[in-house]
Amino acid sequence: MTYRRFSFTIMALIVLLVALVLACLAFGSVDIPAGKIVDILTGKGSGNKAWDIIIMQSRIPMIATAALAGAALSISGLLLQTTFNNPLAGPSILGVSSGAGLGVAIVILAMGGSLGGLLGENVGSYMAILLGALMGAGVVLVILIAFSAIVRSNTMLLIIGILVSYLTSSVVQLLNSVATEEGVHNYVSWGFGNFSGVNAAQMPIYAGIIILALIASAMMVKPLNALLLGTRYARNLGVNVPMTRNILLVITGVLTAVVTAFCGPIGFIGLVVPHIARMSLGTSNHARLVPATILAGADIALLCALVSVCNPHGIIPINAITPIIGVPIILYIILNRRRIQYFN
Amino acid sequence: MNDNNAIFTTRDLAVGYRNGKNTVTLLKELNLTLEKGKLVALLGQNGAGKSTLLRALTCDERPLAGCIEVNGRNLAEMSQKDRSRLIGLVSTERIQAGALTVTELVGLGRQPHTGFLGRLDEEDRGIVRQAMTDSGIIGKADEYVASLSDGERQKAMIARALAQQTPIIILDEPTAFLDVASRIETMRLLQTLAHERGKAVLLSSHDISQSLMLADELWLITTDRQVLTGTPADLIKAGAMDHLFENRSIHFNPTILDYSF
Repeated sequence: MTYRRFSFTIMALIVLLVALVLACLAFGSVDIPAGKIVDILTGKGSGNKAWDIIIMQSRIPMIATAALAGAALSISGLLLQTTFNNPLAGPSILGVSSGAGLGVAIVILAMGGSLGGLLGENVGSYMAILLGALMGAGVVLVILIAFSAIVRSNTMLLIIGILVSYLTSSVVQLLNSVATEEGVHNYVSWGFGNFSGVNAAQMPIYAGIIILALIASAMMVKPLNALLLGTRYARNLGVNVPMTRNILLVITGVLTAVVTAFCGPIGFIGLVVPHIARMSLGTSNHARLVPATILAGADIALLCALVSVCNPHGIIPINAITPIIGVPIILYIILNRRRIQYFN
Repeated sequence: MNDNNAIFTTRDLAVGYRNGKNTVTLLKELNLTLEKGKLVALLGQNGAGKSTLLRALTCDERPLAGCIEVNGRNLAEMSQKDRSRLIGLVSTERIQAGALTVTELVGLGRQPHTGFLGRLDEEDRGIVRQAMTDSGIIGKADEYVASLSDGERQKAMIARALAQQTPIIILDEPTAFLDVASRIETMRLLQTLAHERGKAVLLSSHDISQSLMLADELWLITTDRQVLTGTPADLIKAGAMDHLFENRSIHFNPTILDYSF
């Protein structure tokens, strides 16, 4: 019974993924006939150089970036929710994204205009940004671990996450006041959220790190399930709780930091998608939850990407779209928490 | 196993808590023995140190002094994995497993025995089914944990500990939130597990009369922080039951196996 529901859900998510990938190839600010797109993809070329470039260097990288970012943020949210035993945890609400953002801000603003665009061709500059994001996310995660040992309340931990976000944004504004105009501009446009920031040269690093971290999370299925019973039961089942928690938070930090560095601080996806996966599968068993979360995350991010490029007046920032999808789902979950199995 | 029936012994164990620089010792010089095939009830008033003692016995808290040996091996020096094959736990911790089926929840008990990804093979599934049958929850095998009553949930948690196939099962207040019928059922189940499956079962309880009727042995934490052990009959005869509560206006009444004014 449950297995059929699982295979059905996975199939549906894959079909949706294919449909969204095709839609993202076909639609955009420039109209390219479907036949020509097929010609470009099969290597024949469309005869129009601009179209070739748009498909190969803009739409395909954007599709890959969005799908991977969605999967990464969603798994990040799932791991945070299980680790902190808190269904409303997520990388943005707990301040992990803001922490990564602060790291990015320090690097961008310190380098000022010398970057020549946000994530330039220069390997050194985007590695510096990536490193900044990793450090920032890491610091916030350490703060969260420290507080979670002191405050036992889930709500308080969320509030601490929100306070951390406020603190980081005030530090960023202080930095802005002393930074160059170009640095500030770069930082502000990065903050809108954008799946077009990863170029072909950066793709192997971006995709490589995310895929490795996703594989690592799939290998943590057994201790994740034990943690559903709380730390004492997990220990009784032979789980080394501190070590497991550290591994999970490192995976979370890496996933959030990479996506934040390349795409900006993207909200809601990490919080919402694990719930979509749980509700559609009807389980909190991570063996089924992890693959469904990865696929659903990719789907949602591609949907946001599609909406963002379908505006004739220019690209809509991703962060203007995610709350519209995310907030109703969160409200639904909060209002129905007594009926939803995994809250009980 | 050992030649004699003792599988779990404490040697000069002291338990308590550390409060900043201060150490508060609740119980000390404990030399307790838990035997195969016996149901032992730990009784004591609130704050006497029942939970603290159990947390030390399950290695969730480091003892202030002394050690715990299982089959002659020091529990504290074992790996987490080895311990997980010796002691099964049923605690009062809130669990987040509402969206697991009972079978999945009980299946988590196989974790100490399964591989890296925790997949269950045919044998594991058989053990899980048997554990659910033994604890009388097999009828709810495919139901969500969230849909269970408190009593059913406790049976599922006991089934989970059974699936772990440990010689020792330790339960922290297993009947705390249950109605009378579920309490009796749970206690009978634990008695059966001890007597028929040869498990060493230790539970803490507030239910004096139930414990006196069903337990093979009692560990009584008295008001002067001693732990008296013995069969219920011996302890009653020795008048030990009158040292369980500080309140002088209540007295143990052996005819009803409970306290009265």
